Amino acid sequence: MTMGTINLSQLPTNGLATILSFSTGRLEMSRLASLGFTPGAKVNMTQNFGRGPLIVTVRGTRVALGRGEAAQIFVQPSTE
Amino acid sequence: MSDCHTTATPPTLSSPVGQRMPVVALAGQPNVGKSTLFNSLTGLNQHVGNWPGKTIERKDGSLTSDGKLYRLVDLPGTYSLTANSPEEVIAREFILRERPDAVIAVVNAASLERSLYLVAELIALPSPLIVVLNMMDVAAQEGIQVEPHVLEAALGVPVVAMSATRSDGLRDLLSALHGVLSGDIALDPKRPEIRPDHYAALEEIVWLLDGYAPEPYPADWIALKLLEGDSEIIRNLQDTVPPERWQAIQAILRKHDDALLAVASGRYEWIGRMVRAAVTHPRMGQISWTKQIDRVAAHPLWGLFVLAGVLGLVFGLTFTLGAPIQNWLATQLVGGLAAALSALLTGAPAWFSGLIVDGMLRGAGAVVSFLPIMIIFFAAFGLLEDTGYMARAAYVMDNLMHVMGLHGKSFLPLFLGFGCNVPAVMGTRVIDSKPARVLTTLISPLVPCTARMAVVAFIAPAFFGGKALFVAWGLVMVSLLVLVLSGTLLNRVIFKGERSAFIMEMPLYHLPNSRTIGLLIWQRSVSFVKKAGTTILAMAVVIWALSVLPGGDLNSSYLVQFGKVLAPIGLLMGLDWRLMVALISSFPAKENAIATLGVLFASSSKAGLAETLTATYSTATALSFLVVTMLFIPCMATVAVIRQETRSWSWTLFNIAMFLTISVIAGASVYHLALAMGV
Repeated sequence: MTMGTINLSQLPTNGLATILSFSTGRLEMSRLASLGFTPGAKVNMTQNFGRGPLIVTVRGTRVALGRGEAAQIFVQPSTE
Repeated sequence: MSDCHTTATPPTLSSPVGQRMPVVALAGQPNVGKSTLFNSLTGLNQHVGNWPGKTIERKDGSLTSDGKLYRLVDLPGTYSLTANSPEEVIAREFILRERPDAVIAVVNAASLERSLYLVAELIALPSPLIVVLNMMDVAAQEGIQVEPHVLEAALGVPVVAMSATRSDGLRDLLSALHGVLSGDIALDPKRPEIRPDHYAALEEIVWLLDGYAPEPYPADWIALKLLEGDSEIIRNLQDTVPPERWQAIQAILRKHDDALLAVASGRYEWIGRMVRAAVTHPRMGQISWTKQIDRVAAHPLWGLFVLAGVLGLVFGLTFTLGAPIQNWLATQLVGGLAAALSALLTGAPAWFSGLIVDGMLRGAGAVVSFLPIMIIFFAAFGLLEDTGYMARAAYVMDNLMHVMGLHGKSFLPLFLGFGCNVPAVMGTRVIDSKPARVLTTLISPLVPCTARMAVVAFIAPAFFGGKALFVAWGLVMVSLLVLVLSGTLLNRVIFKGERSAFIMEMPLYHLPNSRTIGLLIWQRSVSFVKKAGTTILAMAVVIWALSVLPGGDLNSSYLVQFGKVLAPIGLLMGLDWRLMVALISSFPAKENAIATLGVLFASSSKAGLAETLTATYSTATALSFLVVTMLFIPCMATVAVIRQETRSWSWTLFNIAMFLTISVIAGASVYHLALAMGV
């Protein structure tokens, strides 16, 4: 079962999603890619309090992202 | 490529017998335990310096195994080899230019997928590769089991398993190294490929580059980096590739502007194959240590309490443990030595005993007595870094840092600043955008460093007795308040509210390694004493000389004349010429303030300096002096690195002017406020 596309900052704590695309600059995209954020990668929201930075787990690594950065990553939420 | 910037001058590689000493590079992402491995391999046989032309720390070491000597070079920790920051460029230039005999890549078994990303890049380079599968114990705690032999077969290069609890890992690593260098172990590296929809583009670029790839870069590697949009490689190639070919290449790159993701996806696809083969027991749903601790330590509210508690504990330790030891060293050791030396030198000319006792010994004494406090700070921050807490501190501070237009990562260098402002300024390199980096650099000297706290630790108890801790805490808060205010103001006025990306790994918590922390304390202490041994000692002698020249009498000396010139400014803040001289002499090193007062009062009183100060100055003056000390121009070393990091004299001079203004205003306000309140 799938829902519509959202950005990563909208994914609630413990939510699962698949990365679709980025609207970041090239440098941020390169840094995100080297930390495991690529289209098709599964992410698990570890902590999202609705404001401030959030922690997301991607490829077994916890990564802290600013809310602004997370808003530039588009994901497809999944319930599984 | 003739003017390439990061090229190191080839070091002399010959051993005494004329045989070439094998060079081994140690590579790895941050948080994989690379420094711990470097320390285990080299012990104390290491040298800490800088990469040529950079302020990035370079560690070189040597190790002997089976009677053979190796040179080990610790490359900067990087997530990839794309030029996202100077670290990546250093790491890849070293491997491609110096062609080390072998590269040891350290990966974290607990985050195997991510840490194999760098391996996916390293395995495509010409130097033979050995993979160290580190932190097997941490992985086991997380419920992950990795089979080193399966990974070895999949990668086609030797894989050595290692953990804090596994002692034979080092031996296995050395025997793998022997095997690779002697050719006994044959390597058959399986290299990752780009995502199939970009094969054609890659091949076309390789063909266009044919014969034009500058030394020492392999053409297919260059082509890949071009597709990744590597700014450094693009700049290098613009001049070497003929214009018509370069235009053709650029046309391909424009058509494939998502190629960066295709290259990265190709690597992760390769990693996926490796991990599927080697991880026999994947992560289960259990709640790990890290998750449990982070519920509190990374909580937006509780996390701030934890951080305040941690900082409080560090300061508490400094005052309850460090300050008494420091006092004892200053009064008993240095005081005793001074008395003994004076007695010994009664027959010598007055200028000689003055130089030795009032100049050199007091200078050296200042250095020695600050060491305990420095060690406590180095230990505390080493511990916080090594356990993984530092990243949480940055995370919970992210919101607050936004007030200044900065993000959590800027908190890390500021945090370091509590130890010493020099590493704080140098630590701003972790910040990705230039404006945020400059802004953090400009405000980082407002973090009260150990040396300034040591001055506080000396003066506050003398004037405020039991309330000294409270006064010290208040001074720290005032400094941090000024930091936030000036940061906010600078951001609004100069940087126009620009922001940069906050992307940071949150490492798993793990038990600290005593050896790593011990070596860190040792190296930092040695460098402090070395710095002290030269500048502080020299300054103490200069101050002493200025205090006796030209006539041998303090009251007619150059120092007093200079202090009196500045007296009108001092008057605003309730400071007399002696305190002004102490402030000026704190420029080479903050600790000098006390040493200078020691010299200035040595001739007028035989009592301890603390008692002399309380008898001479009012509480309002003491408070003003403490505030000014906290906010004054940073020490010489800090100013030097500010210049080095900003690469701009205008920023450096601006910063000095900023601190002068802030400290005079704050000192005058505090003094008059204290007088008005009848303190």
